[in-house]
Amino acid sequence: MLTDIEIEAVRLSLRVGFWSTLVSMPIAILTAWILSRLRFPGRGLLDAIVHVPLVIPPVAVGYLLLVLLGRNGLIGKLLYEDFNLTVVFTWEGAAIASAVMAFPLVVRSIRLSLETVDRGLETAARTLGSSPARVFFSITLPLIAPGIVTGALLGFARSIGEFGATITFVSNISGETRTIPLALYTAVQMPGGDTNALRLLIISVAIALIALFASDILTRRFTQHKPENT
Amino acid sequence: MISITMQKRIQTFDLDINVQCVGGVVAVFGPSGSGKTTIANAIAGLVQPDHGNITIGNHVLFDSQNSVDVRPERRRIGYVFQDDRLFPHLSVRRNLTYGKRYGSPRNTKSQFDKVVDILGLNKLLDRPPTTLSGGEKQRVSIGRALLSSPQLLLMDEPLSNLDQARRIEILSFIEQLRDTFSIPILYVSHSVEEIVRIADQVVAISNGRLLAQGTVDTVMNKHELGSILGPFDIGVVMEAQVSMHDEQFHLTRLSVPAGKLDVARINLPIGQGLRVRIRARDVILAQTKPERISTLNVLKGSVIEVTDSDGPQVDVLVDVGSPLWARVTTRSAKTLELRPGTEVYALIKAVAIDRGVLQDTPN
Repeated sequence: MLTDIEIEAVRLSLRVGFWSTLVSMPIAILTAWILSRLRFPGRGLLDAIVHVPLVIPPVAVGYLLLVLLGRNGLIGKLLYEDFNLTVVFTWEGAAIASAVMAFPLVVRSIRLSLETVDRGLETAARTLGSSPARVFFSITLPLIAPGIVTGALLGFARSIGEFGATITFVSNISGETRTIPLALYTAVQMPGGDTNALRLLIISVAIALIALFASDILTRRFTQHKPENT
Repeated sequence: MISITMQKRIQTFDLDINVQCVGGVVAVFGPSGSGKTTIANAIAGLVQPDHGNITIGNHVLFDSQNSVDVRPERRRIGYVFQDDRLFPHLSVRRNLTYGKRYGSPRNTKSQFDKVVDILGLNKLLDRPPTTLSGGEKQRVSIGRALLSSPQLLLMDEPLSNLDQARRIEILSFIEQLRDTFSIPILYVSHSVEEIVRIADQVVAISNGRLLAQGTVDTVMNKHELGSILGPFDIGVVMEAQVSMHDEQFHLTRLSVPAGKLDVARINLPIGQGLRVRIRARDVILAQTKPERISTLNVLKGSVIEVTDSDGPQVDVLVDVGSPLWARVTTRSAKTLELRPGTEVYALIKAVAIDRGVLQDTPN
């Protein structure tokens, strides 16, 4: 049904989406928590930095990543020289680009959910003998579970669709960084590639719809607040 | 022994109090916005005083001079909030045991069973808190605080979100806890009825300042309390005991320090102690002993004090064996020549005894 090229693109996209979401989630939860719970100088700046990928061209984000993580980049150079690691032109690089692009959306979603948590419950837990860390894991985290699920799926969907930052940062290498959008772009560029392009289009729509349905089902399950019995 | 000395300025509100009170049930009494909740939060460690010292027994919880500020989770204060604050994602059972992990070893299963039993929570244990009624929620909340093995139970207007029937119910649960667990309770409230019913001591505050502190009757009898109660509710609290019932006329005779009071029949055993409240506006003064009148209770006494007033009314403090406030018109005070030492008869309407206090006491 699917051609080898399509299967490869789908597998690569899913892999990139999965890892970018998985790795960015803890950081996103922490960032959302800091932004919604702590008051410190520079909070506005942090908020702005988190939102940068949302408001500047994706190509600029890709270029910024290249400047930072490229082999001669500020961080990339250290990684390459000391650990012989590089993310340029690899699928890991694509995952990083997707994660950065999806980050503001994920943080927003989790933060919205954090703001709806009754702070009184957290103080009540403190007076019952819980440290702030235990309050977070036993009260806050379970209560924002719907927001985390929504955020994760939103981030995943955004990662799957990422194009600009990816192509700028890790280029368009078949089998390594050519995710569905990049494959679609390649097909459009080729004479007579219309059929291929159309097929890829249908595939992306299908994946997006599945992600949305999954999000809906999970959110509904989590908001029922089923108590766990001991 | 609870000792609180604290100053705290929150925007334009300025709290400056110094309170010393001994165990039992201590009521913090004051109108809304007087700083009651700020005091409760300072004890629990949720608000940091600007200066001061908070000590319970020999545990120093806060001391600005020595930079002591014990974290809320280490203070062992069982805080029952105005709203129940139950954790919606945990069952009633898990809510109750949430604070247990950090409790003392004596917080055993038997303790859990005892609390569940007294608060009547047996049938609710496996339910999510969202399905409970208001009264049930507050009972779980009280149980949860109690099971965290606190050194002090702090209750901030725990009845304010409940209807009258539920209030009376929860109040009697609190009375049972007080008698069963011998744990000091700090009870924050603006309701005279609640305080008269369960408190041993009262700390009255108004506008961030201490107005009076001491036993319930000494504090509640103070005329200055009018600034909290409102001028129409000035009165006295008397410790009373049921001495007999008159079945024919549906009356109950109470013995009070001033003698006897006949009130509408109340369903309490003979010998049972209770408190009654008599408001100044429900007391009439007469110079001679009135005969053939409908009022059942007439007490003889002498005037201690007549308040100054520019208005149409003055309050007269009469010693009838215990203090009693009476509100009379300024003109009557003059006609009757009321001044310290004047012999008077105080007429108390039977119905004037605070019904809220008498209502639905257990048994």
